[in-house]
Amino acid sequence: MAESGSHNAVLFRNSLMARVMLGVLALLMAGGVIVAIASLAYGKQAARQSYDRLLLGAANDIAESTKIVNGAPIVDLPVSAFSLLSLALDDRISYAVRDASGVLLTGYENSPVSDGTAEQVLFDAKLQNDPARFATVARRFAERNYSGTVYFTVGHTLRARNAMALELTKKALLGMGVAGLVLMICAFFVIRSTMRPLQHMATDLLERDPYDLTPMPTKGPAEVTVAIVAVNQFMRRLDRQVSAMRNLISDTAHQLRTPVAAIRAHAEMVADQGTPEQQQEGLDRLLKRTRSLGSLLDQMLSRAMVIHRTDNAPPAVVDLRDIALHVVELKDHMLLAPNTVVELVIDDDAIAVLADEISLREAVKNMLANALKHGQSPVRVGVSRQGAMGAIWVSDAGPGPSAEVLDRIGDSFERFAASKGSSAGLGLSIVNAVAEAFSGTVQFGQVEGAFRVAVALPIMEAGNAT
Amino acid sequence: MLRNLFLHSVTVALLCVPTISAAQEKVAQISAPGAETQVELVLRSTTDIDVLQPIIEAFVAQNRRISVIYEQWGSNALFENSLAACAGDMSSADAVFSSGVHQMIDLVNRACASAYRSEQTTALPASRRWRDEVWGITKEPAVIIYNADLVPDAEAPKTRFALLDLMRRPNSIYNGKIATYDIEASGLGYLFAFMDSLEATTFGALLEGFSRINTVATCCSSEIIKRVSEGEYLIAYNVLGSYVDSTSADNIVVIHPEDYTLFLSRAYMIPKDGANKAEAALLLDFMLSTTGIRLLKERNLFYAETNDVSSLPQSAERGIAIEPTLLVAGDKHRREQFVNLWRSAFPQRQYAR
Repeated sequence: MAESGSHNAVLFRNSLMARVMLGVLALLMAGGVIVAIASLAYGKQAARQSYDRLLLGAANDIAESTKIVNGAPIVDLPVSAFSLLSLALDDRISYAVRDASGVLLTGYENSPVSDGTAEQVLFDAKLQNDPARFATVARRFAERNYSGTVYFTVGHTLRARNAMALELTKKALLGMGVAGLVLMICAFFVIRSTMRPLQHMATDLLERDPYDLTPMPTKGPAEVTVAIVAVNQFMRRLDRQVSAMRNLISDTAHQLRTPVAAIRAHAEMVADQGTPEQQQEGLDRLLKRTRSLGSLLDQMLSRAMVIHRTDNAPPAVVDLRDIALHVVELKDHMLLAPNTVVELVIDDDAIAVLADEISLREAVKNMLANALKHGQSPVRVGVSRQGAMGAIWVSDAGPGPSAEVLDRIGDSFERFAASKGSSAGLGLSIVNAVAEAFSGTVQFGQVEGAFRVAVALPIMEAGNAT
Repeated sequence: MLRNLFLHSVTVALLCVPTISAAQEKVAQISAPGAETQVELVLRSTTDIDVLQPIIEAFVAQNRRISVIYEQWGSNALFENSLAACAGDMSSADAVFSSGVHQMIDLVNRACASAYRSEQTTALPASRRWRDEVWGITKEPAVIIYNADLVPDAEAPKTRFALLDLMRRPNSIYNGKIATYDIEASGLGYLFAFMDSLEATTFGALLEGFSRINTVATCCSSEIIKRVSEGEYLIAYNVLGSYVDSTSADNIVVIHPEDYTLFLSRAYMIPKDGANKAEAALLLDFMLSTTGIRLLKERNLFYAETNDVSSLPQSAERGIAIEPTLLVAGDKHRREQFVNLWRSAFPQRQYAR
């Protein structure tokens, strides 16, 4: 249970959905903090403005109700002004009416005096140790027996303002919370619908027959198509490998049957024949057959290796001259055909192609072996340039195989090889596979009076050798 | 039963000490019988000791470690005293309980009070508390009373308009026989008159009527009631209804004016410099508790429709709200103008004191 829990936790952490949702949540939280700060500032501003108006209204109300009686300003303090101030329910109130010289006419002595002399001044001050806001309104009197300015100051503490700012902020935050929730839900559905093609792809893959390596339909959004294309490419390679393997197995079985049957027949003959001479002759034939079987197995292994490498080893820049040199210097021909002359035909110009060195060597070795076996001396191994292609070739002085044989080579190297019980066809199949793997071709033909087998590959220019 | 038991053994020390302060009328120490008092709660009040005593006794019986020193003050003197205490010039009371509600509002507005919240105080309607620093405890009507022996029932003024009509009669028998509060001597009288002036346009006509008929402006509810009962005055206007039953005179009839009746809530405040704030808050909660309200009703300090003959329509009730608009009543200019207007109606020679 704990295991499945931790598994779920890992799944959750790795889930794209969870990641995106966490991202959206973080984004909303960051936005929320910013909006909260902004709304608090806005709330304070709004509360300040509305209650400042209230203060000014009350001050003006008191100013209006002041008259000059017997040469002195008399304030008939209106209840309405205090009703206005009482709208800030729990705030203490201060008011003072002063004449131009600052003498208190009525009100609270401790009410602060504003610095400015403008008609309306709003200012912050303390009211018995509490922070408070004040408004001073000036009114000029020009009567027969009184002339001068009277200042009406009204103030109150900040409880109602703060409460209003808090209330506004709370409401804004509540609205934002609801909006955030709606956004989260929307995000959930949007992300889920976005993820659906991926899920489809997963189910498609899961439901597939294990032997079905045909490409999947590339439909859906571009991002998913990329993944499908990649999967299809992978499957194609897999398919090639599997079919190559299948071919190898069936070919191997097919090709080994004949030589093994022949060896068995020879061995039985040896066992049956009485004279030592006959037995010796039989043993020689058996030895020859066994050798031939050994080289057939070598070829088959090297073909399997070539097919494996062409699919798995990344191609590198190879100079064809190095290949030719290497193959000639191995001096295999001394063993295979000690009487044949082998010549190397290369010049100073490097011919660089994109290929796998080992596969290519194997191919040239096979070409050389074929020439030694079936051709006539002298045998030449060479490299030449044919336009955009670089060719590595082996030629011999013989006439080459008949046209009929050449056609059959084109059809199937393996069948040809197997029917003859020799490894020549198999060797050509290796050559063919290497040429195909590196976008090249195999050419047969008479060149300058010699039969030539060549592998032509596209040349890598020095500039784009990387 | 239990209450009776301790009522008899309550130690009440009535000390008349006019030498300490001229304004302080009476002092009494009230504590539960046999209790060792640890805290002496100084309560300065405008209410007569006799009226509040049962309530204080019930309080100290419930809180045996508290002894209440009850000081009875005139409302204006109590205001001056509280201001001085607030400024730190005099020793502060632990609790102030005054009928001069506008003065209490002024004290709170000058940051002389400390805040307190409890279940009982927050249950009060908004019109009976401000800033959680001052609370309206009682509900007492301002009434018209008349001497039933001397005033015929038909002439009994049920409204202010009826009273006006009575005063406008030529050669009225009421000439010099109508009394009301002297607003300069009593904070409560001033408050009632001021609220009248805000409440209706009849106030100007009333003043004119008072002037025409040589109305007497005098002091103190109990004294006015006594003189109406004795027949010296026939009718009294704006008498505190709660005092009428306390004096229990048989020939006095109470009228709750049907146009509107003012209701006073005596205000309770805990001064910021009080030494025993927690105990003062206890007393507040006690007075607002169901027991407290029952006792207040017994002393006629909490008006209830059921125990009154002349039931008053709800719309005619005008409670004096405990709110900062009452500051207007305390304004110097406004008060001067109001007192001038009043004096014009009541020539100096007619002052009883």
